[in-house]
Amino acid sequence: MTALLSLSGVTAFYGAIQALRGIDLTVEKGEIVTLIGANGAGKSTLMMTICGNPRARSGLILHDGEDITHWPTHRIMRRGIAQAPEGRRIFSRMTVHENLLMGAEVAGRGDIEALLDQVFTLFPRLKERIGQRGGTLSGGEQQMLAIGRALMSRPALLLLDEPSLGLAPLVVRQIFGAIRDLNRQTGLTVLLVEQNAYQALRLAHRGYVLVNGAITMAGTGAELLARPEIRAAYLEGGHG
Amino acid sequence: MAYALQQLINGVTLGMIYGLIAVGYTMVYGIIGMINFAHGDVFMVGAFLSLIALLGLSALGITSVPLALALTLIFAAAIAALYGWTVERVAYRPLRGSFRLAPLISAIGMSITLQNFVQVSQGARVKPIEPVIPGGIQIMNQGGFTVQLSWMQIAIVVITLVILGIFTWLVTRTPLGRTMRACEQDLKMASLLGIDTDRTISLTFVIGAALAAVAGFLFLLYYGVIDFYIGFIAGIKAFTAAVLGGIGSLPGAVLGGLLIGLIEVFWSAYFSVEYKDVAAFSILIVVLIFLPTGILGRAEVEKV
Repeated sequence: MTALLSLSGVTAFYGAIQALRGIDLTVEKGEIVTLIGANGAGKSTLMMTICGNPRARSGLILHDGEDITHWPTHRIMRRGIAQAPEGRRIFSRMTVHENLLMGAEVAGRGDIEALLDQVFTLFPRLKERIGQRGGTLSGGEQQMLAIGRALMSRPALLLLDEPSLGLAPLVVRQIFGAIRDLNRQTGLTVLLVEQNAYQALRLAHRGYVLVNGAITMAGTGAELLARPEIRAAYLEGGHG
Repeated sequence: MAYALQQLINGVTLGMIYGLIAVGYTMVYGIIGMINFAHGDVFMVGAFLSLIALLGLSALGITSVPLALALTLIFAAAIAALYGWTVERVAYRPLRGSFRLAPLISAIGMSITLQNFVQVSQGARVKPIEPVIPGGIQIMNQGGFTVQLSWMQIAIVVITLVILGIFTWLVTRTPLGRTMRACEQDLKMASLLGIDTDRTISLTFVIGAALAAVAGFLFLLYYGVIDFYIGFIAGIKAFTAAVLGGIGSLPGAVLGGLLIGLIEVFWSAYFSVEYKDVAAFSILIVVLIFLPTGILGRAEVEKV
């Protein structure tokens, strides 16, 4: 059986700096896989490289068995991959409604109302803010919008880059709960980048640890949580 | 009073033409952050296409003026749009991701290319046409000075307002416009949503060029003479208008165009014609000292 997403030996550069060093990673259909690591380890670069920006310098990226390594970004995203990227990248001068509609560019113009309903059921707050400009939302609301916008394309694979960054614990719990529900109810496959290692590993089926652009450890969420070196490096100072 | 009113009418007419060109500068800047110096020359090409179409239609024996004007406008806008698309494809897209000055240099080269092309193919001499819409109405007569509002001026203002109305609807109300605004705000995010950003950039050039061709058409009708060099001066003025209004802002471009038109006309009327460009550019400098982002411009927010 082919994995939904598989990377083998992927390298990527930012200018002269090598950001990824031979990444091997797979995500099976229906899984939540998390990628943890310190700031600057290359987590966001890995997410963007999957989406073709920057392109992988070497190695192979397969989606559903098809080689997408050298595809342009917009074509990759039309294969049922969506990303809520680092920094959320909300269109700040567009309304919540317009932001969500932008997410539906791929899905076509069919049943947009049903898609909107799905997002509003998940994040009722967005419905209250529907006419408001993206730039005026709080951090948590922007994160909900970023995820909601990604879901508007009906993705089979959702790439989530640090959804908990800068948010209050209560909001983080709400967003992680939404991810879990989506995974269980709709079978959505999720690749989650997090600094909040404890929460991410508890949520995920499997995890990878990224250090300096290379994967140093892999295992199930519970396995990784139990490892002393993970505890020392990523979990000291409480359970975020 | 009557004299000032006449200047106001003339200034608004000229300002509309500048505004139409300025929209093209500001759109391109908004989406890829470059100044398309060949845009003024696309305006010039639009004026020549209008001339060719008008002469061709009269040779074909089409005597209905509204029909001839409508056909000319469509022809000029369509072919100029093709020029706009080609300029982007040939001179700018290969340089995407290159250092910032590269497309600027390429734009200047494109501008010279278009000028020389028209100079060689159409000749360097000034091309006149007969007034297409003669006459007008007299609004008032005061102390021996008659305020004239020509049919041509009315046509220019009406055509500009209609075109800008359609354009505003396109940008604010349609899915295409939404995509363009998304690309203008965050090109990378737009591509992450499955949007072919190269295609949207091409469309921006196409629309900007079509608007410039409308301006070229109106310029030809208003002044009755064109040459291969009109794009340079009008382009610089329209660029000034875009900066004055706030580069990247669409209403700002139109407002800036009106202001530059009014400044130029009023300065010529009350001071000296020779220094009208100095006046326009001086005001630009003063405005930029106090409002660095222009009248309706936004402060650049660093994207993290």
